[in-house]
Amino acid sequence: MKFIDEYQNSELARKLAQRIATHSTRPISLMEFCGGHTHAIMRYGIRQLVPQTIEMRSGPGCPVCVTATADLDKAIALAHLPGIIITTFGDIVRVPGSYSSLQQAKAQGADIRIVYSTMDAVEIARENTENSVIFIGIGFETTAPTIAASLIKAQQEDIQNFYVLSLLKLTPPVMKALLDLGEVKLDGIIGPGHVSVIIGSHPYNFISADYGVACVISGFEPLDILLCLDKLVEQIQTGQPQVEIAYPRGVKPEGNTKALELMNEVFAIDAANWRGIGIVSQSGLKINDKYHQFDAEQAFSHLLPPDMPVREPKGCRCGDILRGVALPGDCKLFGTVCTPERPVGPCMVSSEGACAAYYQYQSV
Amino acid sequence: MKDAMTDTILLAHGSGGKLSHELVQSKFLPFLANPILDKLDDSAIFEASGRLAFTTDSYVVNPIFFPGGDIGKLAICGTVNDLAMSGAKPLYLSLSAIIEEGFPLSELEQIIKSIKAAAEEAEVNIVAGDTKVVNQKQADKLFINTSGIGIVPDGVDISGANAKAGDKVILSGTIGDHGIAIMSQREGLRFSVPVESDCAPLNKLVAQMLEASSRIHCLRDPTRGGLATTLSEFARQSNVGIVIQEDKIPIKEGVRAACELLGFDPIHVANEGKLVAIVEPSDADNVLAQMRQNHYGRDASIIGEVTNDYPGKVIMKTRLGPSRIVDMLSGELLPRIC
Repeated sequence: MKFIDEYQNSELARKLAQRIATHSTRPISLMEFCGGHTHAIMRYGIRQLVPQTIEMRSGPGCPVCVTATADLDKAIALAHLPGIIITTFGDIVRVPGSYSSLQQAKAQGADIRIVYSTMDAVEIARENTENSVIFIGIGFETTAPTIAASLIKAQQEDIQNFYVLSLLKLTPPVMKALLDLGEVKLDGIIGPGHVSVIIGSHPYNFISADYGVACVISGFEPLDILLCLDKLVEQIQTGQPQVEIAYPRGVKPEGNTKALELMNEVFAIDAANWRGIGIVSQSGLKINDKYHQFDAEQAFSHLLPPDMPVREPKGCRCGDILRGVALPGDCKLFGTVCTPERPVGPCMVSSEGACAAYYQYQSV
Repeated sequence: MKDAMTDTILLAHGSGGKLSHELVQSKFLPFLANPILDKLDDSAIFEASGRLAFTTDSYVVNPIFFPGGDIGKLAICGTVNDLAMSGAKPLYLSLSAIIEEGFPLSELEQIIKSIKAAAEEAEVNIVAGDTKVVNQKQADKLFINTSGIGIVPDGVDISGANAKAGDKVILSGTIGDHGIAIMSQREGLRFSVPVESDCAPLNKLVAQMLEASSRIHCLRDPTRGGLATTLSEFARQSNVGIVIQEDKIPIKEGVRAACELLGFDPIHVANEGKLVAIVEPSDADNVLAQMRQNHYGRDASIIGEVTNDYPGKVIMKTRLGPSRIVDMLSGELLPRIC
């Protein structure tokens, strides 16, 4: 199949893997920022193709996983308000909050609908004028432009019953936060592919310039990832870390200016609450004053019951896994108490979560 | 009243009174007539001898019309296939419809016509039926239950527990078509994909396979949960390992692209017109050749084999070479975010 088969060619993969094995002469530690990369690495067995001395750790690049329990509790509380229709992307409905999940709220009668595009949420608002339709806006720079576009559309068409709870997060600030924490000594980062399509490669320059860590942006097909690993190994071996694009068919250094303009039109940069990391300044997007009428936070917060104390799942190491400190297998709950059927933490729920990937694609 | 009567289903259609009779007489019987049903007695009475297979299934698909079929076709094919997967020749079906008040009669008629077409293709008769009408929002448009009875020919012994080391695993065609066709039509998920549901009755394909070999050990249609779930069931029931090769599994381009986009693994996506057979190795080529003669088996392929290693597990050799464990689907398939 055009554009997929080319990037799954087993002969080329073997050659690249061989090259990596030849060039890599010392143990190195890498982080794949994106949950999508973790899944691809596990699904195609890429760990088995490259030398065991290349350590690969997962990062915080799973939007569902990094959504803080407190934010999830707020979404669930909103769902229980009368006359509300919650619209959201898939996996988040299954993530346990402190006391419940959106899935459980739905079973209790809340109107919760899964959409694939924010525009469909706008459509639901148009068709249900007697209800308030709230879109739970999770995601990174990848989903932010489409959410921005939906708000612009809602304003243009004067749709008065559409709201967004913006839990959007930015990737470069959290990478900086992780590097500042210094809990894991990283030699290189597999940079996010889809996020970089939007923001380009320049926002990551600090990674090599200030921290001396290699960063190569990768696509999601097996050959993309192997090519990225090859470039990372080369940078690390030669002691010349830099920010490089190994996904040129998707990413331009300057990013997608149109998408960035949309984000700037609707959002303002603010602090965000990350699971496992906490509040990181300048790492989130809130709806700006011009579009405040669509801000679910402003419109409904006063209607919510007083916050109950946030309860994190006992024994769950999602936070450590998202910081790259632990691998799924390091968590005592992994595969025993916590399974995809009965997930304790979001990393086992999300199709981009590290635990789900390690569980689903166990190697033989 | 007259207009409403001609347009939509009313609660009175389920009252058991005049309107109920009219509904059955005007909408169901003209399409589904056969000597057993036409008697309209409390039970269908028929002769049958030999080993009987009996199954039931309920159909609540949303949307009720989808590319390649509708809930009516699905309700016939699903139950016919459940019988066929036991090696049975399907004979008689019952059909029970739970209809939401306000459901358009024109859509009901369209669905009954496709029930008729599917039943004719599968050569089964609907011999018992029931309709109920519930208040709005107490059901989602239309739910259908079908039960089926078939006869298992002598010598046929098919069970998920029969797989043996060395057996070949045959898949009848491309996977994921039904799941992706449905997903493409769901509210909030609409996307354009040139994929139709594979919904089809497989009893004739199975009959041909049974003619070709008496040593078909397991048969199952990989519906919800997909190929991965069916193979995992075989591996657990038979306490064997099953090793499959990713590059032997036929997948349509549109399905593969949609799966990449949505973050699904096609081996977890539902099918409604496919089967997996586990066959004695010496008979596998013969069975495969027979399957390819049938329209519903034309893309059939041997995708792997049964082994004594890894008991209870399914192992997939990926396109790139490494192997990984394939697990059953857990929870619902939900699209990913980014």
